Amino acid sequence: MEWFDSWGLTLIVFLPLAGALLLGLVPRDREDILKRGALLATLAAFGLSLVLIGLFEYSGATYNTYQFEVNESWIGAINANYHLGVDGISLPLLVLSTFVMVLAVIYSWNHWEEPYNPKAFLILMLILATGMNGTFVALDLVLFFVFFEIVLLPMYFLIGVWGDRTPRKIPGFAKVIETRLYASIKFFLFTLFGSAFMLLGFLALYYRSGDFGERTFDIVRLTELGAMGSFTGTFAFLVFGAMFLGFAVKVPMWPLHTWLPDAHTAAPTVGSVLLAAILLKLGSYAFIRISIPILPEEAANWAPAIAVLAVIGIIYGSLACLAQTDMKRLIAFSSVGHMGFVMLGIATMTDVGINAAIIGMVAHGLITGLLFFLAGSMSHRYHTREMDRLGGNMKLMPVMGGIFAFTAMASLGLPGLAGFWGEFMALVGSYNPLDGLPLGLFRSSMVLGAIGTVLTAGYMLYMLQKVNLGEPKAEWDGHEFHDADRWEMTAWVPMIILIVVIGVYPNLIFDSTTDTVVSLIDTVFGSDAIASISSGG
Amino acid sequence: MLAAEEGHSITAGDGGWCADTAGIMLVLPFVAFLLILFFGKKLKYQGGEFAVGALAIGLVWATVLFVMNMTGGVLDQTTFEVARIGSGITFELGWMVDGLSIMMYFLVNFVGLVVFIYALGYMEGDIRVNSFFASFSIFAGAMLVLVGAPNLIQMIIGWEGVGLASYLLIGHYWEDLDNVEAGNKAFMTNKVADVGLILGAILVGVAIGNFDFAALSEASVSQNAELGAVAFVGGLLLFFGAMGKSAQFPLHIWLPDAMAGPTPVSALMHAATMVTAGIYLMARMFPLFENLAQDARVYMVAIGTITLFAIGLLALVADDIKKVLAYSTVSQLGYMMTAVAAGGYTAGLFHLFTHAFFKALLFLGAGSVIHAVHSNNMSDMGGLRKYMPTTYWTFVAGSLALAGIFPLAGFWSKDEILATLGYEGYIAVMWIAIAGAFVTAFYMTRAVALTFFGEYKGHGEPHESPKIMTRPLIALAIPAIFVGLVNIPGVSIPGIGNFTEWLAVRVVEMGDHHAEAIDFGIAAAGLGAALLGFALGWMIWGEDKKTQKERDTFEIPVLYPLLRRKYYLDDAALGIVGATTGPLARSVDWINTYVIDGIVNAAAALTRGLGGFVYGILDQKGLEGFFSGLSVVVDGAGAGLRKLQTGRVQQYAAYFVVGAIGLAVVFVILI
Amino acid sequence: MLLSQFLIVSSALFSIGVYGLLVRRNIVLILLSVELMLNAVNINLIAFESVIRSADATGQVFAIFIIAVAAAEVGIGLAIVLMIFRNRRSANVDELNLMRW
Repeated sequence: MEWFDSWGLTLIVFLPLAGALLLGLVPRDREDILKRGALLATLAAFGLSLVLIGLFEYSGATYNTYQFEVNESWIGAINANYHLGVDGISLPLLVLSTFVMVLAVIYSWNHWEEPYNPKAFLILMLILATGMNGTFVALDLVLFFVFFEIVLLPMYFLIGVWGDRTPRKIPGFAKVIETRLYASIKFFLFTLFGSAFMLLGFLALYYRSGDFGERTFDIVRLTELGAMGSFTGTFAFLVFGAMFLGFAVKVPMWPLHTWLPDAHTAAPTVGSVLLAAILLKLGSYAFIRISIPILPEEAANWAPAIAVLAVIGIIYGSLACLAQTDMKRLIAFSSVGHMGFVMLGIATMTDVGINAAIIGMVAHGLITGLLFFLAGSMSHRYHTREMDRLGGNMKLMPVMGGIFAFTAMASLGLPGLAGFWGEFMALVGSYNPLDGLPLGLFRSSMVLGAIGTVLTAGYMLYMLQKVNLGEPKAEWDGHEFHDADRWEMTAWVPMIILIVVIGVYPNLIFDSTTDTVVSLIDTVFGSDAIASISSGG
Repeated sequence: MLAAEEGHSITAGDGGWCADTAGIMLVLPFVAFLLILFFGKKLKYQGGEFAVGALAIGLVWATVLFVMNMTGGVLDQTTFEVARIGSGITFELGWMVDGLSIMMYFLVNFVGLVVFIYALGYMEGDIRVNSFFASFSIFAGAMLVLVGAPNLIQMIIGWEGVGLASYLLIGHYWEDLDNVEAGNKAFMTNKVADVGLILGAILVGVAIGNFDFAALSEASVSQNAELGAVAFVGGLLLFFGAMGKSAQFPLHIWLPDAMAGPTPVSALMHAATMVTAGIYLMARMFPLFENLAQDARVYMVAIGTITLFAIGLLALVADDIKKVLAYSTVSQLGYMMTAVAAGGYTAGLFHLFTHAFFKALLFLGAGSVIHAVHSNNMSDMGGLRKYMPTTYWTFVAGSLALAGIFPLAGFWSKDEILATLGYEGYIAVMWIAIAGAFVTAFYMTRAVALTFFGEYKGHGEPHESPKIMTRPLIALAIPAIFVGLVNIPGVSIPGIGNFTEWLAVRVVEMGDHHAEAIDFGIAAAGLGAALLGFALGWMIWGEDKKTQKERDTFEIPVLYPLLRRKYYLDDAALGIVGATTGPLARSVDWINTYVIDGIVNAAAALTRGLGGFVYGILDQKGLEGFFSGLSVVVDGAGAGLRKLQTGRVQQYAAYFVVGAIGLAVVFVILI
Repeated sequence: MLLSQFLIVSSALFSIGVYGLLVRRNIVLILLSVELMLNAVNINLIAFESVIRSADATGQVFAIFIIAVAAAEVGIGLAIVLMIFRNRRSANVDELNLMRW
């Protein structure tokens, strides 16, 4: 398998793009070929990522050594390289990305929103896949930036073209505008706004990374420099701030989250799923991959602020959920809360917290992805997302209702299902954050986060009651509802199984991440940081 | 790591193959759940067979372990690592086999099996038997996961698992949103309490770097300094968690509403097993409270005492027979909590053990009655002893056991609690507990009288339930009568010892006090209070007044005034009791409904309002407005600037020339 | 040398060109004005070159460049004008405001 060592990651990243190019040659009306082609491309990427799991060397991983590394010169003038590699932190996220992509294509088999056009839709999805996979394995800041931005465009079109056409009055604007247009522009501008600062940060790092000729965008090299303490003072503060803006918009962290509910609500089902399952993780992943290792000192300085924003996000997102009447909007706001837990884990700057963040990302990807699938399928049948008009779904569609109840339970962090570990460990982490961080603030965050879980349970039960339980409303009398069809079940069952398996056996993720994360903390904050919890009896 | 309790020398084996495979009990119900889901609908009982089968197999293991523990003691622990998350922390799942968990395995499997069999008959013809048994299997599995937990993490998993099952089963008839709301209330109240459980687990777990019960116990006994530093707060937080599940005042409010579920659910979950999880948690963490967190105990005792007395009074005013039993359950949980908190490890758990049998029996009996008259209200019942003899006799047995009448089970366990309270110096609490015994007997008399005596007031012709329902009643009545004999203070049955010794099989020595001999004074006081309760209750509700008067006319004239006066005494007693307990109970009920529930509802409304404010004002008007405003500004600037783009080449050229001249001027001036 | 005379001529020529560029309405005349300006620059370049006499004759080289570029520019410009005239029957710049917002 020597070829795999050098070509595996490239194939995983670019196979979807190649698929997209080939699909471009297929005539528009040959839908069967289009669908099969897209499925084949995503399946191939997923299959290769499974090979990756098999060949990955788990034991004794140390941070900043990558496997299946490719490092070729790309833009010599600025010393930007085509540098890919995977380690224990990115492996689960890469697999999640290829996995969800396959399910999204399967789900698309017979779910098309207006204005139809499967060809364009599938091509955009495949381009999106390349951007997402690439972001998780890029080890060069320029390459990372390119992949990070590639993601933006297909999603913009997915929302803008296939999105919700309900007219919407925007405060401050005189005109009434279609939701999809408003949401897609908002999504694009928000992210671009952050990305601009992020790029600024990247460039600043480049210029500080050495004398002319030694400057580099290479994350591995920058991490080494960072660990040696090359970036300090106001410079580091500003660079961290700039990158923070870029990543925080993507996560999204309060108060930069307002694009998210609109984008989620307006996006077509598959768009919402990919947005929730993968796109949001790009931001939090970038914190772990770029911000913390390269600027560890600043990361510790910023940590209290991140923790405060994360906790505000948890409480705020949950409260906002309680006020929603639109099912998809509720689920969208729940992402703000859940990603708050992820960021709280990262803010603790401990191995426990970062592990919590990674498993939280994976779990949120599966659970919220599934919730959006379900919400999409329901609004497809009811032609409304207004929860006041729904009710008694268990009676009309028992299988779908059952899965919906299961997923809502998983989302509220029921122990034994995937969502629990991320939340619980984020709380464990914030009880004992990195030495030197304000203990009182983090412990208050822990208590508030725990209260947030109560609110989470509150709105999930509220949603279940509104949608699933009670008698169906009179307006649905005489309607014929089809319960989940086989394409839907094919897309959902693997997610359900994974939610349970990760919930019962979280080592599935931790086997990959723990050594790397421990080594990361050990490298950037010193070995004292690791011993802080297990010092006792 | 075996313990030698004072007075007993226990040598425990590792249980051999049977303990190594005990995990099958934890897994089987989940297997049954899947089978029910996929194949259940085709079978006669819609999958109830699988649920019964799983518990029947589990009961084999539980019984073998129980007997092994009686004869030699079994102490074993099997765990699998499921998560290694750095900082030396690992999470493990597995099962613990010691005296306490074996007792719970046996209890859950035995009572569970009996109730499941009963449910086959009770639920026949229900609209969704399939999902009922599926949820019920989840409950059995989660409960066994909980009681078998070797560490706090697994306990949390089981803890919320049973909460989920509770939510699903309370809302079994979810077409009616009232039931759904009852389920929501149960789930949310428990979730609030779970904050305490989770934070408490983090506090004590992180302090010693381990969530393992054995390690926690040893750290407690060895006075670990780091654990000591968080013991008080951590202990109170864990207790707060236990208050939710075990329905302690003021978090008991969910339990009466939880009676919306089918009666077998109330019997197994909301009486016999699930609600005792909090007591079980306190027992598991007993070394912490015994050695490090003694200061927390007084608060726990106070809560337990309020629960056992004040909530018990509520049972007097309820008309719904299941609510009477529910309040009674809360009150008994108060006894257990008070006992465990005061230091009576064995006493609390023994009451848990006996209570499971007779309370399950009472609920199943109530279910049998409800099945017959199609109403929960005692005002629709009456005179049923003629129609339903088996139900009647078993119900009476359960009531006597609950009230603590010698020599039924409840007498021994309640006496043990009273003795412990006395020994530990909580004298006032002991007298309140004795008063509680009086109240218990009082309301049980009322329930029995209104249900089984007098004239039938309901509709149709009531009939005895089918055998599949009455046999479980008998199966529970036998232990409800006799099981108290396994722990007569100071009596150790040759060869098998007694309950105290069975429980003493554990990792560390705990210094628990348990009575070495019967304290006849306290026993007499408790029994006297119960008998007084019966007597008074019987005077008030025992006979139909009309028939009484008719019988009076046939009395011998000489004795008549005496009887008459006695009758007036009864009236006076009725008046006094009515004038005191009635308003007292009603005011407690009022506080319960308007103050505590009111706070809960207000909190919910406030939260909703806050949600509306955050979303409506802050988010939609504030942040949203800011960003929209930003885009308006950019939009306006664009609109202004684009006016410059006239499309006239010469105009551009003119700007250009003007600019060039301007630059030229600048250069000339500068240079 | 008569450098100042050359510069006066070239600035006169340039100014005439600017005047024509700004006030003429016919595109052909505007193009001619541009040519005037370019040639004014040429005169400047040659004049300075003849004074400085750099080793590689930079001024003259640039002048030749400008002549070549001007030829190309006029070629394309006139082609565009021709197309515009064909389409719109007019070569008046005031009527050409397609490229506005």
